[in-house]
Amino acid sequence: MKKLLVYLKDYKKETVLGPLFKLLEASFELIVPMVVAAIIDVGVNQRDAEYITKMCGVMILLGVVGLICSITAQYYAAKAATGFATKLRHSLFQHIQSLSFSEIDEIGTSTLITRMTSDVNQLQSGVNMVLRLFLRSPFIVVGAMIMAFTIDVKAALVFVVTIPVLSVVIFGIMWVSIPLYRKVQESLDRILGITRENLTGIRVIRAFGKEDSELKEFGKRNDIFTELQIKVGKISALMNPLTYMIINLGIMVLIWVGALRVNNGAITQGQVVALYNYMSQILVELIKLANLIVTVTKALACAGRIENVLEMESSMKQELSETKLENSRKCSSEKRIVENFSTKSTAMGNDSIKNTCLKKNAIEEISMKSEYKVVFEQVGMTYKGAGEEALTDISFSVKKGETIGIIGGTGSGKTSMVHLIPRFYDANRGRVLVDGRDVREYSLKELRNKVGIVMQKSVLFHGTIRENICWGKQDATEEEIMQALITAQAKEIVDNKPEGLETVISQGAKNLSGGQKQRLSIARALVRKPEILILDDSASALDYATDAALRKAIGKLEEDMTVFIVSQRASSVMHADKIVVLDDGEIVGIGIHEELKEKCSVYQEIYYSQYEKEEA
Amino acid sequence: MTRERKNNKSTLKKVLHYVGKYWFFVVVSILLAAVSALLTLYVPIIIGDTIDFIIDKGNVDFSMIYALLKKAGIVVLITAFAQWIMNICNNKISYGVVLDIRKEAFEKLQKLPLKYIDSHAYGEIVSRIIADVEQFSEGLLMGFTQFFTGVVTILGTLVFMVMLNPKITVVVVCITPVSLLVASFIAKKTYSMFRIQSETKGEQTGIIDEMIGNQKVVQAFGQEERVLERFDEVNERLRKCSLRAIFFSSTTNPATRFVNSLVYTGVAFTGAIAVVNGTLSVGQLSCFLSYANQYTKPFNEISGVITELQNAFACAARIFELIEEEAQVSEPEDVIVLTDVKGNVELENVDFSYDKERKLIESLNLSVKPGQRVAIVGPTGCGKTTMINLLMRFYDVDKGCISVDGKDIRQVTRNSLRTSYGMVLQETWLREGTIRDNLIMGKPDATEEEIITAAKAAHAHSFIKRMPKGYDTEIKEGGEGLSQGQKQLLCIARIMISLPPMLILDEATSSIDTRTELKIQNAFAKMMEGRTSFIVAHRLSTIKEADIILVMKNGKIIEQGNHESLLKEKGFYYKLYCSQYQ
Repeated sequence: MKKLLVYLKDYKKETVLGPLFKLLEASFELIVPMVVAAIIDVGVNQRDAEYITKMCGVMILLGVVGLICSITAQYYAAKAATGFATKLRHSLFQHIQSLSFSEIDEIGTSTLITRMTSDVNQLQSGVNMVLRLFLRSPFIVVGAMIMAFTIDVKAALVFVVTIPVLSVVIFGIMWVSIPLYRKVQESLDRILGITRENLTGIRVIRAFGKEDSELKEFGKRNDIFTELQIKVGKISALMNPLTYMIINLGIMVLIWVGALRVNNGAITQGQVVALYNYMSQILVELIKLANLIVTVTKALACAGRIENVLEMESSMKQELSETKLENSRKCSSEKRIVENFSTKSTAMGNDSIKNTCLKKNAIEEISMKSEYKVVFEQVGMTYKGAGEEALTDISFSVKKGETIGIIGGTGSGKTSMVHLIPRFYDANRGRVLVDGRDVREYSLKELRNKVGIVMQKSVLFHGTIRENICWGKQDATEEEIMQALITAQAKEIVDNKPEGLETVISQGAKNLSGGQKQRLSIARALVRKPEILILDDSASALDYATDAALRKAIGKLEEDMTVFIVSQRASSVMHADKIVVLDDGEIVGIGIHEELKEKCSVYQEIYYSQYEKEEA
Repeated sequence: MTRERKNNKSTLKKVLHYVGKYWFFVVVSILLAAVSALLTLYVPIIIGDTIDFIIDKGNVDFSMIYALLKKAGIVVLITAFAQWIMNICNNKISYGVVLDIRKEAFEKLQKLPLKYIDSHAYGEIVSRIIADVEQFSEGLLMGFTQFFTGVVTILGTLVFMVMLNPKITVVVVCITPVSLLVASFIAKKTYSMFRIQSETKGEQTGIIDEMIGNQKVVQAFGQEERVLERFDEVNERLRKCSLRAIFFSSTTNPATRFVNSLVYTGVAFTGAIAVVNGTLSVGQLSCFLSYANQYTKPFNEISGVITELQNAFACAARIFELIEEEAQVSEPEDVIVLTDVKGNVELENVDFSYDKERKLIESLNLSVKPGQRVAIVGPTGCGKTTMINLLMRFYDVDKGCISVDGKDIRQVTRNSLRTSYGMVLQETWLREGTIRDNLIMGKPDATEEEIITAAKAAHAHSFIKRMPKGYDTEIKEGGEGLSQGQKQLLCIARIMISLPPMLILDEATSSIDTRTELKIQNAFAKMMEGRTSFIVAHRLSTIKEADIILVMKNGKIIEQGNHESLLKEKGFYYKLYCSQYQ
């Protein structure tokens, strides 16, 4: 919770003023009985109707002031609580966005969504309640206790025993129920999971006629959830009766002690009544406090889970620390020492090394390197939690402007490989260079700006087509958008819509077909005119004619765009400048179509499976 | 406003309907609420009596005090026990009601027409079933715990007061409605605010769902900042409307408390005057004042509960909206269960469109004999998926009729129609659970041998075996951790296990590499033998062998025939075919 308090910082004024006004109101509430006492002692005893009227006026005045204080307090509390939640949601959203692919794979989307929605909501009401009541109740408890001590120390000792016993009970219940509330939330997450799953898979579920078994499964989880809720409920159900009992037993002891003290002549009957009133007042406030604690308990459980997300750090450091880079360099071969220098020199800026004798070598090295747009050096990669390497010893280099075809079977590591270029994942061994620099030396923003990627699963977002295309380049002109659409063979989609570019894509792009989505996501990647374009099996939903036209159009684009085409179709890659053939995470062949057709058995298999005998 | 109120009323009725199932617990809860409230009122009287025996030094009747305290102790124990049981009953009622509502909402989800689901954001539907129900449960619990106790306390105090002095009681009773009026006025005002808040929350959940769900794309395009901007816009709106809703609803408490202090003052004034006139004793006045306090306190609580209930009802209304959403057309009474399907599929004069204004499929005719293979080709977005939606009856045709084995598909059970088809879609979907669970989806009683044979035929066996726990490996939601191709192989194996009489293959092998595809081709061919199959594919090698090829463009079938005849026509199909071998 401590960490989350930062989000209240901007509401310092409100967090102080809210409780303060609440205290003021409470104080006024404490004055009222005194006024009544005055009415009885003075007004009634002296039969002074005017005095009574005056005092009643005072009481109404107190009520009005109390009302104003209280409303002010409520306003500040609400403002602080909603402001807090808004800030928290903002940071959470931002933080989740900064997590790398590995972490997102690990936590799972639905968990993140509950954290952001119901957990934050619970926390918001917790903060609101705390600001409104947390000071007020202890204030009255402490005040009443002090008053008791001023009346009679010995009788007040009953308070000293009762209150710790109460605290033990309250905190004991909290101690037991907090972990349980966590479990309840986890269980709710599972219900959320199955609900989402049923929405995304509704066609398959209906196709298999599985509605009933899904219902059963949901029912099971729902039952477990309810059982847990009732279990926790049973524990917190003890709270009120127990506190009520303890307080009343305390009162009974108090009266017994009071009776003894009166019998000894230490206090008067009226003082016993006063003591009793204080005890009842404490009871009322403690019951409020106990209810508050239930809310706070829930809120704290939520806070814990939110903190867990906030504490989760991206495993991908923006830029690798100098020492770490140093280490990785030390391990590299002698040849790399020169590169090392060259990369360092780029970092330092060219001016500073102009006069050194090594500079020529270095500059040559840079230009030699930068001729290669992308270089993979002995790259090995393992996914978190996976046993085997997804990629092993991948080494190849790509010149600027080349088109690289990457082909291989399902699960051969094609996607894993291209995901290393924009640094979605980090290589565990070796390194990936873009323009001669280790990708880990770039800021993610700079690196990803160079890359346009079209992923296997095409995702578009709720908004107009224009907005979606502009994801690639925020300030894209009409012409740039059109150009990208034409290249991506997507112009016809827009032309066929009455609203054109302003057509609204629904959430999940459910109003577009798979192929339409794919072509629009290609246009989105193209519009930024990336230095490196990666098409990750992006033509799978396209027919051959469209696919061919797309490749042709991309080929016609400016010379210096380096294109990676990942595909399972030989026809998609056969015209590439270089084809990389992957099998089980290893490169089994590099070369042009003709060479591979001759030598590479895996490539042959793929090729002939698609072009059958007539071509063979 | 009036409509809203009416809605509110009907929502209440519906809620009561759900609560009715737990009538036993409700009765027990109300009885115990009465017991504990009355006893709570009784304890101060006993204590007061006790105090009367503590007069002054040396004048204390210990034996009476002991007897009275013993009595008080018993009453306290009974009260505590009653409270405890009441709490448990309330838990049982509110969690039970919510359990039922959530179940019903989910049941509805299974029955909603796809049209509804396709046109609503997942996040929004999820938010209704999860967040709204949760909020409702909290409100309901609070209502049950505090509402009855409050009511009984009010009634109890009222009785005690009338017994003391009816005249002053009238003053109290006359002023308190003001408190209720104020509370209901605020509640009415805040109801719409809570609804707006609820809607904005739904909108935000939609964005969260979309953006966090597709985090990878967001990152790939470096759009974090822009997405955050959009999120912040809604976030800020939510802040404003939450502030309004929370603040205005929280004024109920101070406002009613203010009215209460008016009541208190009223009693003090009329009481004091009465004492001056000699119609009331000082002791009775103080007693009255303490009861006036006790009488008004539950009003505070109840008004607090009412705000919470308002919020809960706004949520409940949203859930009921979902539950009452029109379900897919129910099955006629003389519904037929499709058995021994031969696979004779006829489409007669079928018209269909998603959007009334834009016609898609018009007077489509097609006759497929048992065992025939129908390939559907055409450029992307030409309506191939729509054909599948119609065949599977995910959507109903607007005009004309589709029949299987001569029976109109609207006359047969959806379940038997759909399970007659084996469907493999381009967009693979696997559920959370083990690989085995996923494979036996269509045939829960499949033997181990059947599973492995099918997995081998689909070339999935080898990669499944390599997974940490083989067939018992857990797959996460959405099949994360598996490649697209692997998922597709699993979907194929799934169909190979259940082996339904007809097949729909929508780009079933689009993500599978052709080497593997070639290897499973035999298994596919064997599977399709004797089974009517609808195939959507790009690879012309698959299409060439089809008995009927439908060439679609813009939702219409523009050519129909087999490979040879279509090539001869030199139409659109010819162009498509040539482009592949450019």
